[in-house]
Amino acid sequence: MPLTYLDEFRSAPQVQRLLDELIERRGSELKIMEVCGTHTMAISRYGIRQAAPKGITLISGPGCPVCVTANSDIDRFIEMSMLPGVIATSFGDMLRVPGTRMGLAEARSRGADVRIVYSPLDALRMARENPSKHVVFFGVGFETTAPTVAATLLEARDQGINNFFVQSVHKLVPPALEALCSMPDLAIDTFLCPGHVTAIIGPQAYKPVAEEFGIPCVIAGFEPIDVLQSLIMLAAQVDEGRSEVELQYSRGVRPDGNPQAMALMLSVFEPADAEWRGLGNIPGSGLILRDEFSDHDAAVRFQVDVSYSREPRGCICGDILTGIHTPPHCRLFRKVCTPDHPVGPCMVSSEGTCAAYYQYED
Amino acid sequence: MKTERGKNILLAHGSGGRLTQELIGSVFGRTLSNAILDKMDDSAVVKLDGNLAFTIDSHVVSPLFFPGGDIGRLSLTGTVNDLAMAGAEPLYICAAFVIEEGFPQDDLESIVSSMSLAAGEAGVQVVAGDTKVVERGAADGVFITTSGIGLIPASVRISSSAARPGDAVIVSGTIGDHGIAILSKRQGMDFQTEIRSDCAPLGGLVATMLDASRRVRTLRDPTRGGLAATLNEIAAASGVAIEVDESSIPFRSEVRAACELLGLDPLVLANEGKLVAFVARQDADKVLSAMRGHAYGAGAVIIGEVQESEKPRVYLRTLLGSRRILSMPTGEQLPRIC
Amino acid sequence: MCLAVPAKIIEMDKQIATVEVGGLSRQASTVLLPDAAIGDYVLIHAGFAISLLDEEQALETIRLFDEMTGGMASGGA
Ligand code: SF4
Repeated sequence: MPLTYLDEFRSAPQVQRLLDELIERRGSELKIMEVCGTHTMAISRYGIRQAAPKGITLISGPGCPVCVTANSDIDRFIEMSMLPGVIATSFGDMLRVPGTRMGLAEARSRGADVRIVYSPLDALRMARENPSKHVVFFGVGFETTAPTVAATLLEARDQGINNFFVQSVHKLVPPALEALCSMPDLAIDTFLCPGHVTAIIGPQAYKPVAEEFGIPCVIAGFEPIDVLQSLIMLAAQVDEGRSEVELQYSRGVRPDGNPQAMALMLSVFEPADAEWRGLGNIPGSGLILRDEFSDHDAAVRFQVDVSYSREPRGCICGDILTGIHTPPHCRLFRKVCTPDHPVGPCMVSSEGTCAAYYQYED
Repeated sequence: MKTERGKNILLAHGSGGRLTQELIGSVFGRTLSNAILDKMDDSAVVKLDGNLAFTIDSHVVSPLFFPGGDIGRLSLTGTVNDLAMAGAEPLYICAAFVIEEGFPQDDLESIVSSMSLAAGEAGVQVVAGDTKVVERGAADGVFITTSGIGLIPASVRISSSAARPGDAVIVSGTIGDHGIAILSKRQGMDFQTEIRSDCAPLGGLVATMLDASRRVRTLRDPTRGGLAATLNEIAAASGVAIEVDESSIPFRSEVRAACELLGLDPLVLANEGKLVAFVARQDADKVLSAMRGHAYGAGAVIIGEVQESEKPRVYLRTLLGSRRILSMPTGEQLPRIC
Repeated sequence: MCLAVPAKIIEMDKQIATVEVGGLSRQASTVLLPDAAIGDYVLIHAGFAISLLDEEQALETIRLFDEMTGGMASGGA
């Protein structure tokens, strides 16, 4: 039988063995940050958090576009969506995120034309089909997603589709990890690094984290076997006093990443300082459109006033993202902030740290 | 009296005048014809004796036509299934149409005729109806509200609050088909493989199950909110914990693949031709084999059991063997990148 | 952060591939992976192929994993 690249990595009896192994191996406390939201999803879906040995704490990191996009960026997109003649397009992830005054779902209920797309190419198609409208795409995501948006922008330019615009709030992972490592009260021992971001940027990108900051990194796939094997590899690094960049997800990640995708991404975007929710402004951690693409830059084309923007009062998502606090430390948790009425982003995604606590810890 | 093909519905079709008569006669009367409806009285008069089940449901779906069904079939089976889930034999249906001005009459005719086919299959009669036409933009094509009446056999007591510790949890077949069929059309997913809705009337299947056992305690069709919502509702109503085993829940491989691609959870996707049954353990196998003998229960399997609990809870035994909470879904299901 | 799914390329027309996952097919762009060819397994993210899956490495992961779990024969491929 040919590999499906899915089922082989989900087989339950094997994983049970691996868990036992992990329990045996671990003596001391270990705090592991899963940087990537998709890892958080996998961990929750397969019940890895519940199955992991007591000594291991998994902390959800800043790798979820919902969680790290600053309110001012969300507000800006929402304001654009309310402009006449605009079709606002976004990945489904962003629909429920509350902005300062309202979220996208509410903007839609007030008449904004908000459409959810699976691919930026779908948004481009809408622009082609609606030449009298302005189609604005909310460019969120990391190095995995930014090249797809870059490729879409190149196609828009080649085909002369002038009514397609991107609000780029794309973010870069290595600068954020380095910023995290520099925080004085960081309470994390190791990083479980994102497999699909690394498929683009290559494993070398984490070298400074491992070598300069001395934090072990393992680049992991997203199936149960991948995650568990990576936890063991991280535990082994700590046990043996090593801090290296190791690649568990070798079937999906080439040693040099995907240089073509990187080149394409950097031909459309250039790195710039960016505001991360919870982490603040991190130099060189975002991607903005290069000048040649300013005709497609929503930030240039649509001037909107978001001076009212502020982060949700009382929400300590920032401290939760960095592992300093857990959700019960938040005054709003469970009282004001619930999955049906999320105040902060950590409650929005069903697998956000606050949402997970809400469901599991009572 | 026959209206011309290729025409659109006009506001005048809802005015109560000659056009209304024409429309009712040519589209509804002709297609759904039966002795009670044909009288065209203000009320349908039927004779019933026993415990009545009585329900109503509004149907809005985009797109109106989807692989495996359309709003006509859906609006008929939806109400039939609500009756069947009370253990009733579905008998009579009333249907109210709200039609947007400009809606193609051909489309209306195919919707009504698929409603009629579904009624035949379900063994029910559409005995009364109503049509209103609203201005363009005031409705999205057509909305259909159906209400239905059925008779519950004297010995049958089915309720969401009747699940007891030890009961087996059975689903009648693959989960998530309708949700993916709709979503893949709505979001312009462009799958080249067609995933069909499971939209089907379940009265016959339920009758078979009730024949097989008197210990069927709870029946529900996991529509909106999917299996996750339905199980949570039953757990709350019955005050029990429910544990289901992920690896035994049946999914079509295309549905599973679509969920992987779009980042969706198949357990919260809508079904329109599936049911969840809670059956006393000792009768579970009997009910299961009765279900498997029916076209709409051929894929029936036991997916879990009811447990004693202080708090109503639904647990999922994951593929890894660990146990996690399966919570009530929040918000709509949308394609994600994360 | 980034959901990506393994899919097999079953058709190719310039930079548009038809890919198949679990019996489901749809189109995906190969602009980011110009060397991709029919028969390759690739990771699909947001409608784009972003990386080539390596069969040898996949088998190696399973083998390593078997070793970790005490040489137990793997249930997968
Ligand atoms: S509980 Fe709500 S308000 Fe508090 S940190 Fe979490 S998301 Fe923010």
